[in-house]
Amino acid sequence: MPRIRPIRTEAIVLRQRPLGDADRICVLFSPTRGRIEAVAKGVRKPLSKLTGHVEPLSRGVFGLAHGRSLEVVTDAQTLDSWPPLHEDMDRMTEALVMVELVDRSTDMDVSSGPLYLLLRHSLDALAATSSPRAVRWWFILRFLDQQGYRPELDSCVRCRSEVEPDGNGFSAADGGVVCPTCHGAGVGQRLSSAVFRLLRYMRRSSCESTAQVRVGAEASVELERHLRLSLEQALDGRLRSSGFAEALARAETIGRSAASSAAKRVQEEQEHAAV
Amino acid sequence: MQRSPATAPTIARLIEAFHRLPGIGQKTAQRLAYHVLRAPRAEAEALADALIEVKDSTRLCGVCQNITDADPCALCLDPQRSDSTICVVEEPLDVAAIERAGVHRGRYHVLHGAISPMDGVGPEDLKVRELLARLGDATVEEVILATNPNLEGEATAGYLFRVIAAMGVRITRIAHGLPVGADVEYADERTLRAAMTHRVEFDGRGSDD
Repeated sequence: MPRIRPIRTEAIVLRQRPLGDADRICVLFSPTRGRIEAVAKGVRKPLSKLTGHVEPLSRGVFGLAHGRSLEVVTDAQTLDSWPPLHEDMDRMTEALVMVELVDRSTDMDVSSGPLYLLLRHSLDALAATSSPRAVRWWFILRFLDQQGYRPELDSCVRCRSEVEPDGNGFSAADGGVVCPTCHGAGVGQRLSSAVFRLLRYMRRSSCESTAQVRVGAEASVELERHLRLSLEQALDGRLRSSGFAEALARAETIGRSAASSAAKRVQEEQEHAAV
Repeated sequence: MQRSPATAPTIARLIEAFHRLPGIGQKTAQRLAYHVLRAPRAEAEALADALIEVKDSTRLCGVCQNITDADPCALCLDPQRSDSTICVVEEPLDVAAIERAGVHRGRYHVLHGAISPMDGVGPEDLKVRELLARLGDATVEEVILATNPNLEGEATAGYLFRVIAAMGVRITRIAHGLPVGADVEYADERTLRAAMTHRVEFDGRGSDD
């Protein structure tokens, strides 16, 4: 059998899972080869030279050799580790959503240049922005475009009539905006003019410009709903990582409630002792 | 696994059972099975008894959630240990590692995992509620978050910080940087950044002191 030469490729580390006692399987996303599963040997040991270079949410150049069933990471050099994505929970949460979308939508040995550039650019922007949520919205719109689920924002997805900003609906199942007449007939969910304008603005603007837009709480909830339903159509299932965002949002309430029940318990104990 | 006709079915079953253990490949499983076969009956019985006993008599400590055969466990009952500090770890083996180092004289709390957003593992799958119940006790002054310095460990620490911060307890995170014996030249950007950010005053003594 001819010996296959090791290859070198640039890639973003999407995720990892443990293998045996000391190894991990890394899922890499390469612009030329798509999704690659490779074993990083010994990376769970403290003195491994590879450990920090194969952490998820980092970009690097990887040497890969053909193993028996999976490829093996022979060497790695980090190009960008995006520290803010690891240090700030809000940024990490948004990054994980992006990475999960890419992980679930790419195949092995399929060239994925445009999606790679989109992910890389979005992670760069996420590390620099003060509005992580907006970067994720911008990413999702372009991700849907690239996957062939571009939401229709110019004409009604039911009757093809041109739409104005007011009185519309949004149907994720039909793939876009629904005119007031069709929406009145029960198609789609309410699409406020603010969210309609925001979607159109994000469609034509850069990630950096989108991150500058101030979005109210109500519009934000509505936009999240439309994007979530659109993604569920594209993925044919729910995003697992969105559960973490919800858990983080509830964390402070859980902490406050635990603190108040503890205070109540202490007070009851003191009263009991006094009696 | 394809069963060879040269291997008796009972031995093949034992090889398969060893092969299912973590870190045991096919060859090692075969070696272990034939070792058991050649060993005296008493040795095989002791192994079988130990396996059954560990399943029958161990449980989770009602306080720290570590695996124990007595509830509360010896670490929770030890009067020499301080109640004011709780070190939160991912797995029971992490407790053993920290105890070997002899660097923590407080209590522990084992989460039994880490938050893994992409695998759908959330806080409700860990022993977080049990930790919060312990923090209600006014004796706890500090929580040390000793989850692994990887993505899942950081996500878990970040979540716990948000929950515990509201409870008015001091929260610390184990430091991370270069491991003893490592080469700076091979360190990645984030490790070096952490090592530089958390550098300490040098007083001429080794870093172990």
